[in-house]
Amino acid sequence: MRAALKVNGKAHIVNDVDPECPLLYILRDNLALNNPRFGCGLGQCGACTVLVNNVPTRSCMLPVSRAAGKDIVTLEGIGTPEHPHVVQTAFIAEQAAQCGYCMNGWVLSAKALLDKHPHPTEEQMTAAFEGLVCRCGSHVGVLNAVRRASEMSQKVNVRSA
Amino acid sequence: MASSRREFFKTGTGLLIGFSFADSTIVPQLFAAGTAATPPAGQLDSWLRIEKAGAIKVFTGKVDIGMGVRTSLTQIVAEELDVPFTAIELIMGDTAITPDQGGVGGSTSIAAGAKPMRNAAATARFLLVQMASKKLGVPVDDLQVKNGVVSSKVDPSKSISYGDLAGGGEFHDALKVSGNGFALNVEGKGKPKDPSTYTIVGQSIPRLDLAPKFFGRSVYSTDVRVEGMLHGRVIRPSGAGATLVSVDEASVKNIPGFTKVVTKGNFVGVVAETEWAAIRAAKELKVTWSNPTPVFPEDLYAHMRSATPKATREGVKKGDAVAALASASRKIEASYEWPFQAHATMGPGCAVADVHSADLTTPGVTTIWSGAQKPHALQQGIAEMLKVPKDQVRVLWVEDAGSYGRAGYEDVAADAVLLSRAVGKPVRVQWTRADMTQWGGKGPPVIVDLAASLDSQGAVTALQLTSRALSGTEVLPQPSSAGNMLAAQLIGTANTSGGDEFVQLDGDTVTYTFPNIHSVGHVIPALYTSSSPLRTTHLRDPNGPAGTFAGESFMDEVAAAAGVDPVEFRLRYMDNPRAKAALTTAAEHAKWDKRPSPKRATAGGDILTGRGIALALRGGTHVATVAEVEVNRHTGAIRVKRLVCVHDCGLIVNPDALRGTIAANLVQSTGRVLKEEVTFDRSNVTSADWKTYPVARWSDVPQVEIVLLNHPEAPSTGAGEPSSRPTAAAINNAIFDATGVRLRQAPLTAAKLKKALERA
Repeated sequence: MRAALKVNGKAHIVNDVDPECPLLYILRDNLALNNPRFGCGLGQCGACTVLVNNVPTRSCMLPVSRAAGKDIVTLEGIGTPEHPHVVQTAFIAEQAAQCGYCMNGWVLSAKALLDKHPHPTEEQMTAAFEGLVCRCGSHVGVLNAVRRASEMSQKVNVRSA
Repeated sequence: MASSRREFFKTGTGLLIGFSFADSTIVPQLFAAGTAATPPAGQLDSWLRIEKAGAIKVFTGKVDIGMGVRTSLTQIVAEELDVPFTAIELIMGDTAITPDQGGVGGSTSIAAGAKPMRNAAATARFLLVQMASKKLGVPVDDLQVKNGVVSSKVDPSKSISYGDLAGGGEFHDALKVSGNGFALNVEGKGKPKDPSTYTIVGQSIPRLDLAPKFFGRSVYSTDVRVEGMLHGRVIRPSGAGATLVSVDEASVKNIPGFTKVVTKGNFVGVVAETEWAAIRAAKELKVTWSNPTPVFPEDLYAHMRSATPKATREGVKKGDAVAALASASRKIEASYEWPFQAHATMGPGCAVADVHSADLTTPGVTTIWSGAQKPHALQQGIAEMLKVPKDQVRVLWVEDAGSYGRAGYEDVAADAVLLSRAVGKPVRVQWTRADMTQWGGKGPPVIVDLAASLDSQGAVTALQLTSRALSGTEVLPQPSSAGNMLAAQLIGTANTSGGDEFVQLDGDTVTYTFPNIHSVGHVIPALYTSSSPLRTTHLRDPNGPAGTFAGESFMDEVAAAAGVDPVEFRLRYMDNPRAKAALTTAAEHAKWDKRPSPKRATAGGDILTGRGIALALRGGTHVATVAEVEVNRHTGAIRVKRLVCVHDCGLIVNPDALRGTIAANLVQSTGRVLKEEVTFDRSNVTSADWKTYPVARWSDVPQVEIVLLNHPEAPSTGAGEPSSRPTAAAINNAIFDATGVRLRQAPLTAAKLKKALERA
């Protein structure tokens, strides 16, 4: 099939793809967007997370045919060193990773969580993060980063109010 | 004449997305000769080079497996050279460009690996100052260096930069080489600084690698794409000892993009033009294996207890523990068990190999992009597998998804080599989750039997330790032989398993000053010797968590038998001031509830609480960890609420990076003791994914508090692994404190605790 994808605000046409091919491999191999990462291909770890209409989604389980026409955002798409997203700023400030291979899933899940719940409770955090694996064990840094991002957003909101 | 490296990368097949390579012409004859020989450690320009603009490239055989040593090593070199931290670019783990430092392992990157880099940098500074003295006409003693500029102390207008002194040119000087591998050192004319004068070392500089990772701009080995590259997958046997009967290539030949099925011996792989086609082909390929004969024991620990050891070694022997135990008024005995555990790295392993390099300047040089943590050893192993001289293989280390020992990145590189050789093109092999968890190397299982005697005053008179373990070296951590690699074993190369590794009290792991100590280690023969999914390898802090789980849990048992507070009891038998400081600081910081264990809570309620402590020494590093747990007395559910870790590794190079590594060690080791166990049947490992091999998740993570004890006057010792060591026993001791029930087999699951509580 010919897949029309909208990724990070940009339209892409990918020709000759198997409609069953998971979005992950199209993003990585056809579009060279490396940050959805292969962790298990089973939807058990979240390394391949992308935002689909701002919902954290396992791209290893999503056939490309079902991603067409949706708003897909990868880690590359939420901010840049020049214009970082507040979640990225917080993760950097907390130095919240070891190898960082899984961070794609954590940063995007944190963004989606804070968009929905600017001051997440423990339960909301567990619901957002329990499905993610970080084998190195960077969870403590992630927790601090999420708290920091929450506080930073609050300050921004107060200032703009 | 020789083309430069720069030209090589422009004209060669090394057209990689997201890659930047060293833009320099050092060792220009390198590739023209058709070899990729490793630069000699005894030359200064093998270690560093000054660019015209003053930027400095430093070449190291060390790699950064996710704990931040790129940053710490950069700090160390910048410190010695008196240049800004940002002036340094570290090139790591490229066998054709960087000296062989044995790769990384054993928590030695800072403790040992930084030494030759520090000495080379000090020598470079010495030579640069001499050069400046000549150029400026100022005596060396009247010169100072600041930010890479040499100037006269008397007349600062007389100055010259490193870039103007030596930029872009050759920078030869002979260095004296000693040792090899992790212990490789070089010494030259310059002497390193006095640590008390450090201004860059000791600072919490943000890790160089982390910001790009949060913007999605870092490059892992999975992201390497080479021109003309195909995608490969491997198909493993149906069990240990299964042999290939037949492969039906017709079953996959209609998959669009399918290229080839590759079989050799029991090695089976597929190659395709796209990754999805390779995945489909691997899944759909009809392969028939022989029915394997069951080789794994039904009851692992029973087997280990009854098996005849292949090797036995006596560790520490002090006094006569056997006699003391025989005549003791009170004797305490216990036996501890630790299971097979898996590396289970976040990314299952990926490598690109180009066996038939198309680059005309480098005939015959096989190139491998790999996350293996010992690239020079891998170069040697692959060369042996290909039966070519070592300098016709080049391994470029590219960061992979963490690495906790010999993870399997070596094996996936060998897979890629076989597939690339078969199709004559570069091939990228991505392992599946099962390839890593089921078929990657395993940390070995360990049984530790302990006995102690108490005199009538409750003082310890003797300790005896007897261990029975599979050696963690059935596959050596150094992949420097073909037989080390799974792919090579599958094509018929004999396993080049290493020497015997014992679990016992020895050297700097003897923590307590009992009058009589005896320690004996037995090594049990491998369960299966070739192409085994249970072959053992080094996994983070080899035998450390297992041995300390036993030793420090037992110490708690003896303290309880003596009716003494666990901290006070340990202090009675300690004479090492730094170990004492770690232990007492941990107790103070945690507001340790001083009393004998168990707590014997009388109040009702389902939740019991307890605290435990454990101490560990590793390679000169001292760690004490306090755990606080909540236990459900009906379900056995265990929740670790808080971990306090006090860590002394001598001089600290980067406190924040160190804290990050310790925190991650604490979480990972919490998962290891609460959840991790490789399961298997008679032929196969049945832990294949994150459900069948669970690790720590969000809800398992405790509150973590870290106290760093800095000793700038003492050399840096390791930090990559030591804080993984005491966690298991600290948690186990807290469970005992809460419940009065002692668990002795890891992992400490709710089911096991529930059963033990019911029996109690």
